Amino acid sequence: MTDTIAATVAPGAAGDDVGEARSLTQDAWRSLKKNKMFWISVALIGVFVLMAIWPSLFTSKDPGFGDINNVRATPSAEHWFGTDTQGYDIYARTIYGARASIIVGILASLTTLLLGGVLGVLAGFYGGWLDALLSRITDIFYAIPLILGGILFMASFPNGANSNYFVVVGKVVLVLTVFGWPTIARLMRSSVLQVKPNEYVLAARALGASPWRIIRSHILPNALAPAIVVATINLGVFIVVEATLSFLGIGLTPPAISWGVAISDALNAIRTYPHILLFPSLFLSLAVLAFILLGDAVRDAFDPKSR
Amino acid sequence: MTTTTTSSAPVSDYKPDADGRLLEVDDLHVEFHTQEGVAKAINGVSFDLHQGETLAILGESGSGKSVTAQAVMGILDMPPAVIPSGAIRYCGQDLLTMPEEQRRKMRGPEISMIFQDALSSLNPTFPVGWQIGEMFRQHRGMNKSDAYAQAVRLMERVAIPAAKERVKQYPHQFSGGMRQRIMIAMAIALDPAVLIADEPTTALDVTVQAQIMALLAELQEERQMGLILITHDLGVVADVADRAAVMYAGRIVAKAGIDDLYARPAHPYTRGLLESIPRLDQKGQTLAAIGGLPPNLTRIPAGCAFNPRCRMAQDVCRTDVPALRDVGQQKSACHFAEEVLNG
Repeated sequence: MTDTIAATVAPGAAGDDVGEARSLTQDAWRSLKKNKMFWISVALIGVFVLMAIWPSLFTSKDPGFGDINNVRATPSAEHWFGTDTQGYDIYARTIYGARASIIVGILASLTTLLLGGVLGVLAGFYGGWLDALLSRITDIFYAIPLILGGILFMASFPNGANSNYFVVVGKVVLVLTVFGWPTIARLMRSSVLQVKPNEYVLAARALGASPWRIIRSHILPNALAPAIVVATINLGVFIVVEATLSFLGIGLTPPAISWGVAISDALNAIRTYPHILLFPSLFLSLAVLAFILLGDAVRDAFDPKSR
Repeated sequence: MTTTTTSSAPVSDYKPDADGRLLEVDDLHVEFHTQEGVAKAINGVSFDLHQGETLAILGESGSGKSVTAQAVMGILDMPPAVIPSGAIRYCGQDLLTMPEEQRRKMRGPEISMIFQDALSSLNPTFPVGWQIGEMFRQHRGMNKSDAYAQAVRLMERVAIPAAKERVKQYPHQFSGGMRQRIMIAMAIALDPAVLIADEPTTALDVTVQAQIMALLAELQEERQMGLILITHDLGVVADVADRAAVMYAGRIVAKAGIDDLYARPAHPYTRGLLESIPRLDQKGQTLAAIGGLPPNLTRIPAGCAFNPRCRMAQDVCRTDVPALRDVGQQKSACHFAEEVLNG
């Protein structure tokens, strides 16, 4: 019996046919491809990202040029979205405003996923005193509302009049990270605790897998999906918080252009010229919606049980 | 060694002693410290295992079979588990005093294990070939495509049809029996000297059980592994095992060659287990069951742990713990072993 097997699997003969492993990501991708919502959200996000990187692709107007003789103009061929109370072109300012929101949203999502993910996995996998310590720290930060934390932080370290754009954005990302990671950490810890008692984790230990390999191959692929979904949905939340802080005048501040700043400025004329408020709000809502749709699509794709 | 097993196998650092003894468990104790108190799961278990030998460990649920296996593997969660005393020697080296990293590297190439529930012992998010191949990547640093080739070889060895096509399928695309074969393929991938099978057929249906046992027996014969077969099902091991140890409340209460155990039980518990197997030739009779339940491990009865359920119990059984002693060709931990043996 063994001889015939040895003959059929002579080295090389077997190796040639054996191609790439289909990883979890490739599988998720295959199911994502079939999802309409995924493509709609990707198209929207694509447009917003393009706006953030290359705003001059969408408009040739200078968002910093205010025509004081033509304020609060209604939409026209010259000014598609009209002009605001300072005479700025609303279309140009809305396009340029995407950059702040997208940068803040994406960076803050990544940093919270990284920080919360690492702390959550450590707490859930190792347990014991490490879990107790990390969980209490998580609770402390979790107890502080994101907006309140943001207001406190930004009010304590206000932007100077000439602060560099990236310093200001970095500060907002930092505050969102510091107060945003506990959601991910708690979620990650609980899904690690769910995965850990599975027999395949015990089997992996019995077959000599190192703790790092157990985390990487067995815990993470089975525990990561909820965290990715929440991180994607959080992206929308962070965009909203950035807009809120800017609206309150303590996030991004002029001359930086942001949807939050634009919404704040538009409030003065909300009854008489509602279109000034409409366009930045619409873009903000669309961006948030796009990321929440993406989060839902990703959740469906990454859940092996839904296949 | 056969042609299928020699490919790139490194020479083991561990050699069995002159008698071919691989594993020696010596007066092992395991306790679980829980909020309800200290559960004494293992209370002085000793046995050894030689090359090419199959040892069956029999007992009811909660008798300490699986805990013994997990203690040997070193995969007990400590805490809550504590090993207050005892030794587990593999090729003369005490595993309990060994650094964890050294011990981890032995799992797979030296001692390996398969589990009861094949349905959940495979990771649902990776193809089976990837999981078998992981053994080679983790322990031998093999690259991905070589590891896949090895996976195909092993899947063919455990008789999975169309292995080359199925190597990239996911666990949920396989039947229970096939998944257990894949688990076996993973466990034998690195030619372990000792294989522990913890109720390998319990989750499978009867026809598949026989196939899996036959496969295990064949692999054991081919590779001269020491096989520890843990089960509560006496029917499963009769054809396969050489020796058997019967556990009750964390102790080995009887040890015998497999034929003696079935033909001439020397412990009332063993006899009770044998009598409670349904037999086709005794239709119409009431099945003899052992009355009562196994003891709560936080409150093991004084004397012989089996005394509350034993028909032969005398006063001495309620006060003195019987030692495991020679009775004819066997060992039995019963004050009245001779009477049991002679019927």
